[in-house]
Amino acid sequence: MSPPGRPKGESPSAQREGSPVSTRSQMDTQGIGVGRLVVGAHYGLSNYLLQRLTAVVLAVYVLLLGGVLLFTRDLSYVGWAGLFAPLWMKVVSLIAMAALLYHAWIGVKDIWMDYVKHTGVRLALLTLTVLWLLFCAVWSVQILWRV
Amino acid sequence: MSTPPTHALAARNRRQFRNIHVTQIVRYRLPPSGWVSILHRVSGAALFLLLPLLLWLFDLSLMSELSFARLQEAASHGFVKLVLLGAIWAFLHHLVAGVRYLLLDLQVGIDKRAARKSAIAVLAISLPLTLLAALPLFGVV
Repeated sequence: MSPPGRPKGESPSAQREGSPVSTRSQMDTQGIGVGRLVVGAHYGLSNYLLQRLTAVVLAVYVLLLGGVLLFTRDLSYVGWAGLFAPLWMKVVSLIAMAALLYHAWIGVKDIWMDYVKHTGVRLALLTLTVLWLLFCAVWSVQILWRV
Repeated sequence: MSTPPTHALAARNRRQFRNIHVTQIVRYRLPPSGWVSILHRVSGAALFLLLPLLLWLFDLSLMSELSFARLQEAASHGFVKLVLLGAIWAFLHHLVAGVRYLLLDLQVGIDKRAARKSAIAVLAISLPLTLLAALPLFGVV
């Protein structure tokens, strides 16, 4: 395995920007620091941000739902199902469910990518995860709109 | 090639960084933040695996009065209660630890002492809350 980063002076960005080799950080050779060579598919940042955005959506939804349940204290079928009867509640719940499924997708994808070394097995697990989460999305539409 | 930079020499004297295998985790002594971190992943994975059960229970709870009664009956079995308690713990830990991570992302409490305190606080909140949920679930109160 070759180490990440390139030998000093070979970085394409260094040549493009024409910066003198001597001022470039020695970290460049380690693949870290300001002058590092950035590689990859560049979906990391948007995944990072969406993981947090969906987390906030879920936290707000769950705390509101929990608050309503504590406030009404009606845990009968009529009270519980009545909560999900209005259209706006179905829509809000479906948005929360979409946030949950996307949140789960990023998290589970990270787990497979961290621990499953075999490319074929990992690809199979990733595919099954997507299919399963899509199934859950359809299922939750059915659950919510049957009330 | 001139002499290698000093940091390269220092790096060579240290043991090379490497990822440890999952099975080696038990032999490592983790700080509270480490426990909160790995439990965040464990609880997230558990919630993902329990998703079909939770959706099925959600479905039963909403479908009809009859299915609602079926849900109550299903939830009265000891094993189901145990699984539900696991789900409740996973949910509570994931939520409380998640709030901590959001705060850390906003650079709130990122110094070593504060981060240690907040990690202990996560466990001090999620575990008693789980216990609090277990009491009515198992009919103690």
